[in-house]
Amino acid sequence: MSKAKQVLLNPIFNDNPIALQILGICSALAVTGTLYITLIMCVALTAVVTLSNFFVSLIRNHIPTNIRIIVQISIIATLVMLVDEVLQAYDYESSKTLSVFVGLIVTNCIVMGRAEAFAMKNGPIMSAIDGFGNGLGYSIILIVIAVIREFVGAGTFYGIEIMPLTTNGGWYLANNFFLTPASSFFIIGFTIWALRQWKTDQIEEPEFKISKNSLEAKETSV
Amino acid sequence: MNNDTIRKTLIVAISLCLVCSALISFSAVELRDLQEANKTLDKQTKILSAAGLLVTDKDVSSLFKSIEIKIVNLETGLFDSSISIEDFDESSFSRNPNTSIELTSDTDIALLKRRENFQSIYLHYDNEDLNAIILPVRGYGLWGTMKGYLALESDLKTIIGLEFFDHKETPGLGGEIVNPRWKAIWKGKEVYSDTGDVVISVIKGSVDKGNEKAKYQVDGLSGATITSNGVTNLLSFWLGEMGYGPLIKQIRSMESVDV
Repeated sequence: MSKAKQVLLNPIFNDNPIALQILGICSALAVTGTLYITLIMCVALTAVVTLSNFFVSLIRNHIPTNIRIIVQISIIATLVMLVDEVLQAYDYESSKTLSVFVGLIVTNCIVMGRAEAFAMKNGPIMSAIDGFGNGLGYSIILIVIAVIREFVGAGTFYGIEIMPLTTNGGWYLANNFFLTPASSFFIIGFTIWALRQWKTDQIEEPEFKISKNSLEAKETSV
Repeated sequence: MNNDTIRKTLIVAISLCLVCSALISFSAVELRDLQEANKTLDKQTKILSAAGLLVTDKDVSSLFKSIEIKIVNLETGLFDSSISIEDFDESSFSRNPNTSIELTSDTDIALLKRRENFQSIYLHYDNEDLNAIILPVRGYGLWGTMKGYLALESDLKTIIGLEFFDHKETPGLGGEIVNPRWKAIWKGKEVYSDTGDVVISVIKGSVDKGNEKAKYQVDGLSGATITSNGVTNLLSFWLGEMGYGPLIKQIRSMESVDV
């Protein structure tokens, strides 16, 4: 596999920012109630992380070490504000629903993490590919969560009614828990478990092992 | 060249700030018209929707031409033409001590803290006759202020619709205040009793249709008691003496003179 392809595809399953690095959980909880809003958020984050990686990498040889984090945040914040402005101009309804969460992309660990870990050490094109790959990795987990939450919580898929709700005269009693952000914790947990069943190399070595119980040890000796 | 000298640090910091701020200002100025248009369109859509005037195949701004906007003095209930509609801004009026009053704890049932002395209301005429009056209302729910429009028929007590355009309630629970099914049950409900008290309320559970009070009651939202109570409170406030009570009295007395 060529380096570019590896940089692009690795973050999707092998080194997923949410499932393996456990970054960017905050927005994964907050904006995954409906699939449409989630897709807007995924596009916004992917655009920000791709462009921020590109620009940080472009000026990486001129960034003074003392203020490098400030420089990265300034670039990220500028991009986020641009995304917010564009969203308000072209998709006002979604920007109202997403409200502060677009602004909070600034504090998303994935964006900062990729700028500091990758873009500061690699060329602009490769950094942009890395940003895009990580955006995809983030998006895929969010879409999984959103599809499950919207389906169980509201009986719909992308706003299309699949299971008619009792409140609308149907038979499906919606599980309100899935409409609350806390349900995402469980879905993320199960996603990580499923991913590690498939890619067993992601299973972490336990940091310590419980030694044999002394009582048990005595019994076996007897 | 060494990046860590004070001179290089300053140059990088200042030039970065300049480039970033130029980009932001440029996009803000370029996109402002579109954003403003979106906001106005959204507001007009909600006003028309509350009054049941929204038709899907017609353009919102042309439909809105049938609506007349008036500034009303909430103290006296009279229309006030000294303030132009363009100058009126609810949030700045309600913050400015000269154009608002502080609410005492017993009158502040909708938890607003301050109430502006002026408000913009919307009138819809059908061949010279008043057809609908649309009143902006707002009040505190569970997580934040719920803002909406209440449309009344020309008898000034029968509801046409209640439409919230801004709220922070829990999606699926309190957020159901924007569910079309729930909004539909408001139509035809009455807000004032025969003695003129505000009696409309969102009750817990479903309304018993046989009950004589059924026309003053709306089904509660299950799992959202605080939001439901918030809706009751904001209607009680805005339809009462501190809200549009004086205005409604004025319009009633004008109509009786006409007759």
